[in-house]
Amino acid sequence: MAVYRRSYTSYAGPLTPAWSRSLVLFRYSRKKLFRSKLQTALFVLCFFYPLLCLILIYLAHNLSFLERLEANQSISIDNRFFFFFINVQGVLAFVLTAFTGPGLISPDIANGALPLYFCRPFSRAEYVLGKASVLVILLSQITWMPGLVLFAVQSSLAGAHWTWDHLWIAGSLVLSSLIWIAILSLLAMALSAWVKWRIVAGALLLAVLFFGAGFAEAINAVMRTQSGHFINLVFLMKTIWTYLFRIDTGQSMTSAEAWTALLVYCGICLALLVRKVRAYEVVK
Amino acid sequence: MSTAIQSGAAAVTNQQAAAAPQTPVIDLQGLSVRFGSREILKDLVCSLRGRAIGLLGPNGAGKSTLINTLLGFYKPSSGSARVLGHDIRTDTRRIRSLVGYMPENDAFISKMSAVSFVQMMAELSGLPTEAALERAHEALFCVGLAEARYRELGTYSLGMKQLAKLAQAIAHGPKLLILDEPTNGLDPSARQRMIRMIGDIRDSNRLQIVLCSHLLRDVEDTCEEVLILNQGRIAHYSNLEEERKANKRFLELELYGANGDFTEAVEKLGCECATTANRLKMILADGVEVRDIYRIAAERDVRIRRLNFRRDTLEDIFLKAMES
Repeated sequence: MAVYRRSYTSYAGPLTPAWSRSLVLFRYSRKKLFRSKLQTALFVLCFFYPLLCLILIYLAHNLSFLERLEANQSISIDNRFFFFFINVQGVLAFVLTAFTGPGLISPDIANGALPLYFCRPFSRAEYVLGKASVLVILLSQITWMPGLVLFAVQSSLAGAHWTWDHLWIAGSLVLSSLIWIAILSLLAMALSAWVKWRIVAGALLLAVLFFGAGFAEAINAVMRTQSGHFINLVFLMKTIWTYLFRIDTGQSMTSAEAWTALLVYCGICLALLVRKVRAYEVVK
Repeated sequence: MSTAIQSGAAAVTNQQAAAAPQTPVIDLQGLSVRFGSREILKDLVCSLRGRAIGLLGPNGAGKSTLINTLLGFYKPSSGSARVLGHDIRTDTRRIRSLVGYMPENDAFISKMSAVSFVQMMAELSGLPTEAALERAHEALFCVGLAEARYRELGTYSLGMKQLAKLAQAIAHGPKLLILDEPTNGLDPSARQRMIRMIGDIRDSNRLQIVLCSHLLRDVEDTCEEVLILNQGRIAHYSNLEEERKANKRFLELELYGANGDFTEAVEKLGCECATTANRLKMILADGVEVRDIYRIAAERDVRIRRLNFRRDTLEDIFLKAMES
């Protein structure tokens, strides 16, 4: 068909399967994301620490170099090493989310584009899934994926015995990353859906984490309790991560409590999304 | 590639739906919609089959709510409705695959060129990437945005944004095009262009149109059937095509030199007459033609200065519906 045809023509060609429609949204959102140079630079920056870790793993297995440094005891590749790795990458994931997340839904709401999505054979769940997949894949690329690469490199250098003994670390890397990614994605999208201005939504994301932590500490100090930690997202995550990486830091909260609190967080975010992501708001 | 692509089942259904004239475009069976304690649509019953259907009504009459309910955005509180034969409660996805929708308000994606925007919307409707790109170019050419199709939508004027919305509504080749106030905010020439374009799309005979507007002129220029809503109820249904034909029996004459003889002679033919000053309004009786009137006038030396087929305009119909 010629593109210069000026009259309306109907379409009778093949259609893509329904499950693939979310991928369309993912593709366009990701393309839009990497149009920003700052975003791309930040994304690249997120790989510096994994690269440093890779070098450390190599050095830890390079005996002659360590002997020269007389530091063969200082580099130990164990659960603490990976715990520290996930902490650093977790912070970077948060920074990346603060830049990326608010731009996912808020422009659609600000420009009234939601009816255009939902007047097609495309559900609200698929919309949220498509938008969330941008963050999930982006954050996966800087958290558990490089983590697994590091684990694989360490395994290849340390041998089968080490791998067998520390296989659980791989699971912890993936699980701890996915929990953090899920929380960040839901929080960023919920804020993005409720706040039309992208910058304000980004600032709110920072506020939820930092002011949440400050507010939690204030509650603990004033009321002489530990229940303030329930609103401290960072504390909750750290509790779960220390549990997953089998590190005893003497946390005052049990992992079950932290899991429950995080599930409540996720539930609230989902409820906020369900309330806002719709073609038209019903004013009752 | 073939495994990733379904057969064009929806397209086939489209053709079937269009080919079957007995299937109403919109079939409302006691449809009511309630938001909290407010009943917005009240027990609507009608069956619309025209090529271009106008939804008329004053602001707040429930036109947009009806459209949004047909698209599955709002749930009916009672009753049912069918669009192209599909139930809005159970076949929402199917209906949405057959429909192209142009919303009333600003609706676009910022920082995206028109061609990417229309392509994305076509892909979300199920078109493969290459076909969607081709259709996006075609649709933008069709609505007259060819020169500006690589520009960001945020830089478009209001009229251009309306056209871009129209392009995304037709890009995937729907069988029913729903236009919600398409001429909102347009200047007279842009409005004319939009109406002409809607007329062209209608005349292509490839899809049916539902035009929702509070501007009588827009509906009169494009639609064959009109459903007038008022306060959530059907105030009037009118088939404009039939009314236009029927109104050819209504005549308004401006006469010079007429006396009672002329009116009597016309009435003897069976026509109903009403005289005001030098004007005569009449309804032609069956079997009586305009040339008979001319003949009687010539026999009585009456000069007919003007002869109009006086029909009720949509405005008359609308005002009557509002009064009732």
